[in-house]
Amino acid sequence: MPNIIEVKKLVKNFNEIEAVKNISFNVKKGEAFAFLGPNGAGKTTTIRMLTTLLVPTSGEVILDGSNVLENPNEVRNSFGIIFQDPSLDTELTAYENMEIHAVMYGLQKILYKRRIEELMKLVDLWDRKNDLVKNFSGGMKRRLEIARGLLHHPKVLFLDEPTLGLDPQTRNNMWTHIKALREKEGLSVFFTTHYMEEAERNADRIAVIDHGKIVAEGSPDDLKKKTNTKSLEDAFLALTGKQIRDEGAENGASRMARRWKH
Amino acid sequence: MKNLKIIYILWLRQLKRYVRSKSRMIGSLGQPILFLVALGFGFGPIYAKAGGGNYMQFLAPGVMCMSILFTSIFSGIEIIWDRQFGYLKETLVAPVSRIYIMIGRTLGGATVAMIQGLVVFTLTFFVGFRPISLTMLPVAFLAMFLIALFFTALGTAIGSRLDDMQGFQIIINFLVMPLFFLSGALFPIDGLPKALEIVTRLDPLSYGVDALRGTLSGAAHFGVGFDLTIISILVLIVMFIGAKMFSKIEV
Ligand SMILES: Nc1ncnc2c1ncn2[C@@H]1O[C@H](COP(=O)(O)OP(=O)(O)OP(=O)(O)O)[C@@H](O)[C@H]1O
Ligand SMILES: [Mg+2]
Repeated sequence: MPNIIEVKKLVKNFNEIEAVKNISFNVKKGEAFAFLGPNGAGKTTTIRMLTTLLVPTSGEVILDGSNVLENPNEVRNSFGIIFQDPSLDTELTAYENMEIHAVMYGLQKILYKRRIEELMKLVDLWDRKNDLVKNFSGGMKRRLEIARGLLHHPKVLFLDEPTLGLDPQTRNNMWTHIKALREKEGLSVFFTTHYMEEAERNADRIAVIDHGKIVAEGSPDDLKKKTNTKSLEDAFLALTGKQIRDEGAENGASRMARRWKH
Repeated sequence: MKNLKIIYILWLRQLKRYVRSKSRMIGSLGQPILFLVALGFGFGPIYAKAGGGNYMQFLAPGVMCMSILFTSIFSGIEIIWDRQFGYLKETLVAPVSRIYIMIGRTLGGATVAMIQGLVVFTLTFFVGFRPISLTMLPVAFLAMFLIALFFTALGTAIGSRLDDMQGFQIIINFLVMPLFFLSGALFPIDGLPKALEIVTRLDPLSYGVDALRGTLSGAAHFGVGFDLTIISILVLIVMFIGAKMFSKIEV
């Protein structure tokens, strides 16, 4: 099975902070790969480099056969992303946000009209489609971002804590939909989450990153065996320690509050 | 074809955002009205006494330019807002050459500024301004659009480099204000002290003001053809630089 993502000796420094310290890993085509780690471990920074938004300090990233630094436009053709941080135009309506995305990804009108309806129903926003996004609740905005991320069918989908602050219904709908896409179109998935049961249920393979370094890699069962633990949660704690990270020691609620404070 | 659609939808986005922010639309009319009334009527008598003729005819094109200048720089710098609210990264991961994204939003911003200029143009009727010839109006509108395009692209280029709102005030005080006050929008360039005249000649807005004054009031200092050539060249240069800066954004 060929690789959809190849990362070699990737490094990112922000001045004196070493956010990502020489990591290497591969994701196979069609695989669901979970990237787990405590707050500030370097997950989002890695995703930003993989998705052409940030230039690495050093190292190489190949996505679907193209080099991220050399052919950013080709790379952008093969992935989709749901960001950890807000990314909607709040002055536009929900539908307009979806439509701009569809046009930018070159979808034909007949196709995108159908998909937008289908996805906005999936996240239960269809009856609010003409509302301005600034009038949405935090969870509704998140649901819209998820619908938008699923609109064009990429080869690899990046999900950076997609289910943060979502109700169980939407979480479930999202993963069911992604599963269907994986079966139908061979979609590969790269996701981060702090919910261990979500990782366990949806990932074929997991890499655990801590302080910018990958500390373990393997299937959920591999990790449990390696740490001699019964749950992925315990395995995670065994691998990364029990200490709370100073960089981002905040709970889910205050992060949601920060997410939508503007 | 796909690229045209992208330019169009991003252009439309700027327009929708503008039309929906009523406060921005109305608020931005306060300043031109103040300038027209206070300066136009305030300096009118002295200007006439000094042999300058009708000051309102002289001032009105300058105030139109002011309005276009402010609106277009704001529109360009709006990138900072997009960055802050997170929408910028959504546009930056799209599989589109960033040049087209930059062109779409610049055309959108320039159109908004142009509309603003036309609104002020209409307002000047109420304070006694009259364009000298109807046949020159299309040229005047072309000049307006070129000015709008230049300053939106300039705003975009600057906004691509700013990380937060902090730099915004500096831009207003050290770029936009001097551009406006040194452009000859408020005073004639003839007979200025040498140093000031040189500065005025270096200010791109001077050529916009001059083109508009030439086409609307019939009194160009440099000549309308010359003005339009200069602005067009400047538009090309700044679009090129803006596109470069925009493609290099990291978020
Ligand atoms: N633009 C930046 N400038 C300086 N430091 C940064 C920047 N972006 C990230 N960092 C630092 O890089 C480190 C990794 O951050 P990153 O956002 O990748 O963490 P994460 O694993 O996604 O954490 P979380 O689970 O909280 O989302 C942190 O120490 C963070 O402070
Ligand atoms: Mg993160």
